[in-house]
Order: sequence, then C-alpha cells, then structure tokens
Amino acid sequence: MDISRIIEITNTALEVEFELDPKKLVPEAHIRDDLGLDSLDIVDMVIVLEKAFQIKLTNKKELSTLFTLGDIYGFLETIRDSNIDQE
Amino acid sequence: MQTRRVVITGMGAVSPYGAGSEVLWNGLTNNICTIKPLDPVHMSGLHFKNASLVPEINSKIIPRELRRAMSPMSVYAVLSAWEALAQAGLSLDDLPPNLGVCASSTLGSAQALEDFFREYIQTNDIESVRSTVFFKVMSHSVASNIAMACGLDGPLLAPCAACASGLLSIGMAYENIALGKEDYMLAGAADEFHILTSATFDRLGAASHEENPLIASRPFDKERDGLVIGEGAGVLFLESLESAQKRNATILAEISAFTTQCSSKSIASPDVNTMQMCMSKTLKNASLNVEDIDYVNAHATATLAGDLAEAKAIEALFGNHVPVSSLKGYMGHTLAASGALEMIASIYMLQEGLIVPNHNLQNPDPACAHLNLLQKTEKKQLKHIIKNSFALGGVYAALILSSYASSTKVS
Repeated sequence: MDISRIIEITNTALEVEFELDPKKLVPEAHIRDDLGLDSLDIVDMVIVLEKAFQIKLTNKKELSTLFTLGDIYGFLETIRDSNIDQE
Repeated sequence: MQTRRVVITGMGAVSPYGAGSEVLWNGLTNNICTIKPLDPVHMSGLHFKNASLVPEINSKIIPRELRRAMSPMSVYAVLSAWEALAQAGLSLDDLPPNLGVCASSTLGSAQALEDFFREYIQTNDIESVRSTVFFKVMSHSVASNIAMACGLDGPLLAPCAACASGLLSIGMAYENIALGKEDYMLAGAADEFHILTSATFDRLGAASHEENPLIASRPFDKERDGLVIGEGAGVLFLESLESAQKRNATILAEISAFTTQCSSKSIASPDVNTMQMCMSKTLKNASLNVEDIDYVNAHATATLAGDLAEAKAIEALFGNHVPVSSLKGYMGHTLAASGALEMIASIYMLQEGLIVPNHNLQNPDPACAHLNLLQKTEKKQLKHIIKNSFALGGVYAALILSSYASSTKVS
C-alpha cells in the first residue's frame, strides 16, 4: 500500500468518526491542538484505524510518540511495511 | 418546617411528537396518537406490536465532543434542558452559579450495554469497545450529560426509579429548593426504547398485544390490554420564588407539595393503599383538602391491574367529583420521562384552563367508572392539579402543581 492510499484511508476514517472538516486533515495538523481530539478520542482513534487497516495497534508503544497526522501516516506506513515483511 | 415556595420558570420536551414543549401540547390538544407499528425485526418472540418512538431529530446541534457520551435518551434530555433554560430566560453562556441537576432514567442505555456484551461475548475481546460506552451505560448518564452540555457546577442527583423517575427527580429538586439547600435546579427524566423494557412488561403480562396502534393504549377502558412503550424526555427549570422574582422571570406554575412512598407488599403489583396514602400525604403537605384539587393527572398506563388500583385509590380519596385523565392513550408510556412530560402537559392545562381528556376511552371499565373519567376536553379554571407516578419496585409518588396567582410577570 502506498502512502497516498494510507493518507486517504486514515483521513476518511478520522473524518467520519470525529466529524472533522476534511480541509483540516493535513500532515502538519496536530491531533490535539488542531483537530481538537482529547484522550477519549485518541482511544477511539486507535480503534477506527485498526478497523480501517485491519491491523492491531493497541499496546504499540510508538502510539505515545504520535502528535501530528503526518506522524500517524508515517507510523501506519511502518506498520504496514513490517506486516508485509512478516508475511 | 419552614420551607420556601418553589416555582417553574422553564420547560423543555422531546416526545414522540418531536422536539419542543409546544409540539407536545399541540399534539395532545389536536388529539393525535403517536403510537405506530414496531419494526418486526424488534419483535421476534415477543407479543407486543407497537411503540411510541421519538421521530428523527437533529442531534448534531449538540457538539460531537458532548454527543459522543450520549445515547438517545441523553440527547433527548439535553435538548429538553436547553429548551427549559431558554424559556427561563437563561443563556448557556451566563448561567447562575451553583446550578445543579436532578435527572434520571429507568436504567442506563440498554442498547449500549447490549452492544458491549455482544462484542465481548462474540470475540472475547474488548479492544474494539469505544471509550465512551460506560458514559452511556451508567445509571446517572442522563444527569451527567445534562450537566456537561449545560456547563453546570451545582449538585448532580440521579434518583432512578423506573417509571416514577421523572416525578421523583422533579420532586427531589423541589425539596432541595424548598428546604433552602438550592436556589434553582434543572429537573426531569428521559428514556429510550429498548427491547429489554418492552420485553419486561410483556413477560409480566402488562404489555398490549393489540394490533391496531391507534387503539393499543386505552387507559381505564374496558377493552384495555396493557401498555405501549414510548420514549422521550422532559426537563423543568425550578427555582425559589425569591429567585424568580429577583430575575423578573415569567412564572409558569408553582409546586405546592411532593410525596414519595414505598410499598413492600409487592415488587410488581400495585398497592391501592399506598397510592391513596401518597396522594393524601401530598394534600396534607400542601395544606389542601380534596375539594381543592381541580384535576387528577393519573399515572394510568392501561394495564389491567394498575389502572384499577389507581382508580380505586382516587375514588377512595376524591370520590367521583374530580376530573381524571391519563395521557398514556396519546403517546404510550414513556417510562421515566412520563412524569416529566405529563407535568409539562399539566402546566399547559393550568395556563390554558382546559383539561386534556383520556384518549381511546370508549367504554370505561365498570370497575373504574365511578370516577369522573374525562372523554372530551373540559374547559375549566384550574388552581391545583395532583399528578401521580408509580413504578415497578414499589415506588409511588405524587405532586401538586398549582397555578401561580399572578402567573405573568412578577414585579
């Protein structure tokens, strides 16, 4: 899966779940400060991304290092790559 | 005991008629029945055929960060609370300090609970369960969500007592203000349709099996065969008379007394003596006599036993003079919300000087027929209304609603 597809799937999942303005979904958008998500939302964000990408993210320690949408895209790309490597 | 006078200055409703108190009143006075056939998917193994559901409303006016913790009952309650505050002349941006809420429901969201256990049992895994499930399931979900959506900072009370929850919440808020503990409170209740409550009444033999929705709920009628489940919310803004006068608020009505009693004779069957005692004690607390009551707004849900017991209790106390009606024939039994919605209807009756009659009362049950059961609208100057609400679990409540002597602008 290329990065543009990862961005598309991520943005769609977050837009629907959190009723976000698609114009705000840019790589430099800060999850809390710009998108307004709080700790409860971040729990749910992990759930919707797991569902969208059919992967397990819970308990991944890297989750605490994700601050922007760009961080999330990059993290998902790494996860997808490592899953493919394992396959 | 020295108590303060308590008045109502705001009211809000989401009922099977839609959003708004006025919509509720217009539906009742236009003799509209909101009961409709239930989606057959809900009915497998059950015998009831109909329900009285809230039509589609715009819940998105509630910001997502608040709405995410709400099941439908909290959405209904929040919209009702906002309407009540607006009518009371209060802005969400400028609420008085220490404003609290006393609100409840039959139980937390059964649908949210069902969704959780469906996932858990099927997958033995809770990692896909949303973070906000518990806020919908908890028993004080309605009160909490009203508090969050209005930005309250006073007490938060949630006296859940099934079908008496609405009147109990209003009564407890009244007592807090009357005793001087609070100056004002939001008070009410909400419920949402779920198969659990419907099935409970079905299993108890108390749900109507009538096919035709328009005659499925027939309080006090000889042909009644049980209740029809509804949903909705009603919220009032209560304040001390001093507070209302200080704010120059429009006073809609006054609460003169409230009583709640329990009966330990049965967890399910109605107790005539406790019903009578509850109403009698409420009269005494209001320093009123039976002849002072102009109308009884009955709990009567159209069950065989419940209507009969209430009729006997009313007859024993009031005789056959006072007009009596139940509003369950119009919109079914909205459970926790019923006491609050029927209070709102009763406030309109006080203001408009007319009594909404029983709906679907074609042939009064001879055992109930000693009462003055209204079959058509009666125009009458009303000073005092007694409102009953009773619940499974041995809970009985009665409240006296009175017209305020100069119920326009208070100088």
